[in-house]
Amino acid sequence: MKKVWTRIAGSALLPFLSFLLAFIISGFFIAFSDATVLKNIGHPGKFITSALSTVGNAYLALFQGSIFDPNLTAGHGFMRGFYPLSETIVTATPLILTGLAVALAFQSGLFNIGAQGQFIFGAIGASYVGFHFTFTPVLHVILAIVAGVLCAAIYGGIVGLLKARTGAHEVIVTIMLNYIAGFFILWILKTTAFLRPRRIDPIAPEVNPSAQLPHLAGENFRLHAGILIALVAAYFVWWVLNRTTVGFQFRAVGANASAAKTAGISVSKVTIWTMSLCGALAGLGGAVHVLGSQYALTADIGGSFGFDAITVALLGRAKPFGTVLAALLFGALRTGGRTMQSNTTTPLDIVLVIQALIVLFIASPTLVRFIFKVKNLKTNAAMTAKGWNG
Amino acid sequence: MSLELNAITKSFGALVANDGISLAVNDGEIHAILGENGAGKSTLMNIVYGLLQPDSGEIKVDGKVVTIHEPSDALAVGIGMVHQHFMLIPVFTVLENIVLGHESTSRVGKLKLSEARERLLKIASDFGFEIDPDALVENLPVGVQQRVEILKALVYEAKVLILDEPTAVLTPQETDELIEVMKRLRAQGTSIIFISHKLREVKAVADRITVIRRGKVVATAEPTATQEELAALMVGRPVNLMPDKNAPKIGDPILVVKNLEILDPSGRTLVSDVNFEVCAGEVLAIAGVQGNGQSELAEAMVNLQSHVRGSISLSGVEIVGKSVHESLHEGIAFVPESRELDGLIGSFSIAENLILDTHREAPYTRGFVLSPAAVAARGAEQAKEFDIRFQSIQDPVSSLSGGNKQKVVVARELSRPVKLLVASQPTRGLDVGSIEFVHERILAERDAGRAVLLFSTELDEVVALADRIAVMYAGKILAIVDSTVSREELGLLMAGVKK
Repeated sequence: MKKVWTRIAGSALLPFLSFLLAFIISGFFIAFSDATVLKNIGHPGKFITSALSTVGNAYLALFQGSIFDPNLTAGHGFMRGFYPLSETIVTATPLILTGLAVALAFQSGLFNIGAQGQFIFGAIGASYVGFHFTFTPVLHVILAIVAGVLCAAIYGGIVGLLKARTGAHEVIVTIMLNYIAGFFILWILKTTAFLRPRRIDPIAPEVNPSAQLPHLAGENFRLHAGILIALVAAYFVWWVLNRTTVGFQFRAVGANASAAKTAGISVSKVTIWTMSLCGALAGLGGAVHVLGSQYALTADIGGSFGFDAITVALLGRAKPFGTVLAALLFGALRTGGRTMQSNTTTPLDIVLVIQALIVLFIASPTLVRFIFKVKNLKTNAAMTAKGWNG
Repeated sequence: MSLELNAITKSFGALVANDGISLAVNDGEIHAILGENGAGKSTLMNIVYGLLQPDSGEIKVDGKVVTIHEPSDALAVGIGMVHQHFMLIPVFTVLENIVLGHESTSRVGKLKLSEARERLLKIASDFGFEIDPDALVENLPVGVQQRVEILKALVYEAKVLILDEPTAVLTPQETDELIEVMKRLRAQGTSIIFISHKLREVKAVADRITVIRRGKVVATAEPTATQEELAALMVGRPVNLMPDKNAPKIGDPILVVKNLEILDPSGRTLVSDVNFEVCAGEVLAIAGVQGNGQSELAEAMVNLQSHVRGSISLSGVEIVGKSVHESLHEGIAFVPESRELDGLIGSFSIAENLILDTHREAPYTRGFVLSPAAVAARGAEQAKEFDIRFQSIQDPVSSLSGGNKQKVVVARELSRPVKLLVASQPTRGLDVGSIEFVHERILAERDAGRAVLLFSTELDEVVALADRIAVMYAGKILAIVDSTVSREELGLLMAGVKK
């Protein structure tokens, strides 16, 4: 058991140190972008105290906006203080699923930039079945999810098929397919099948209540069953990778495609399967996002879930449970960032700086090793490079 | 110039690569350093050339202690090195490669090559080399490229020349030429450190031989020692250099290859007009200098090449057009040329590597769920049969030594019902002990009535194992000869000369 823990600690060290460094450096950005702090630049004492209080307030707001806010408890009871945590999880849920879509691809040596497009197709499929039909509640949710997952699995499968048959590079193909998905949703929302009656802006009808995911913590919280689906999906991905024949082939191709080929594993089949499964995961994210928190399909339903997924998967070291943790962290940063922006003078953009710095440090383990003087930092640089070599 | 190493020690973590190595190279001497892969030869030479720093010990040149922090320090005291893998830029000319890193330029930055050209031509004629300074390196044969490397060292006044496994890439004839070059250099007063694990060459050229085993000098031998004596010193126990071969019991043809042609994706012909048969109980060796189409031909046997025309039939079943998986399961065991690249998945466990081909079969998989316990049990079984040494079957296969890695590949490939064994360079980079094991195993398969197709560039190996030898040259089979043929004739065939 002890061995397991040291292994986990070992592989979490680089993300943790990167995280720490990103927050320290972002502190400087926060301090130096603040007007009051800059005004005091001539008085060292005042300057330091005002800088510290600005940074402290910003990070406190970030915490209050993402985990627990005591101000919300007044008159509503203690539990209401966790409203931000519920929001964090709601934001993180689709991110977990898109993150898994990228992580799984990494494990088979593919670089899936296309989670964004796959997510959009998942949302379209789920939304359509959600508002167009009426079934009994549980069945309706399942059918809507299946529709979304299928649309996205096909969309992802196209990438696998093109790569396997023609050698087209998955990075290029997925980027292009992201554009297509982005314009496709704009177009489809203007068709009579999707446009909400008596509306001219691109928005689809809300999904029927029977297709909505149930809330988990009462009507006061937006927390919905999507997080359970995402956690099950993460476990499923782990199980497929480590306990099934296909997963064995995925990992074999990811670790050394030519040895896998020599041993009789079909690299083309693995590529098609991987990309379909990745599409399915990202599509599940889109479906859950629509059925759990958005209800109505809009042109910007995708947000940046598919792109942040790449960062999330990298931060999670392409491991299913690492990806879950990374997605929760990103969810927290995003929801907390909004509170930080409204309660303090620090802009939301600082969250982007933090995210960018985390990625920067994860991608440069030598630098982190140098700063913290750690010797045996486990790195996974091959993972980032593989997508381009394949 | 004489070079003396005193008690050089270098460790990497827990591994002591060089443990108090002392040796002296006299003026105008060819001093061979003999040792198995991993004995510490390359580490020692990298220390002398300044690529690594020793933990302790000193280097003396002409009796004076020198400190060598980087290759330029080594060059400054007169030590030059020719690496096993050439450090040449293929699209540059000979002259450009030689001035590389020491370019003199005019004020506006234009290269001044005329001085360098004169110097190169003078040195080439002093040492009796014929070289065209304006030839592109990529157009030169490997043996000539190697001479460019040697010239490069000589131009910068190397008095001690380190040659790291210089014959690994050469034909037998080129090897003979290199030996002549080495003797000429010695006559001109250049000392040479010759690193090799090939006993025949070491005996042919060395004045003295230092044998290294596990980072220590175990003996200094004279070239008059027999190959068996040298091998025993190298390995630490008596070894059987020529495996005992029973008389062949030849059966029916198993593999029949007809009019085989292999193209690269752009349509260029790599291999053509290949026709041969291999019978049960027979070893057919495909000999040839590396890069004459053998790698492609070996891969085509299990359909790893995608543009193949003609016919490969295994006991009457056509193989061309099948998938790799189907070809393997028709009864072909395939030991690929590069075990690191194509044979094993380094990050996978030993157990997982042992079922890479059969992972979808029972008992490793039920339905589509893997059973790690069955995989581990199978691994333990095979490890025992093939004497694979490891700490845990769950360790990554990359933690094994070269010999044990190859045993994993061989164990896996021979675990299916096999009619034909295709082994491509099966002993490349292995230590003498593992070579012995692989050779015995190959002959055991032959004696058990299987057909064996052996691809090898090592002449000794070909002669020791083969019943018949096919020599490949420029993508064609030049001749198929009996294994009793003379080495000279084989060498000529490998160079493309047919009587």
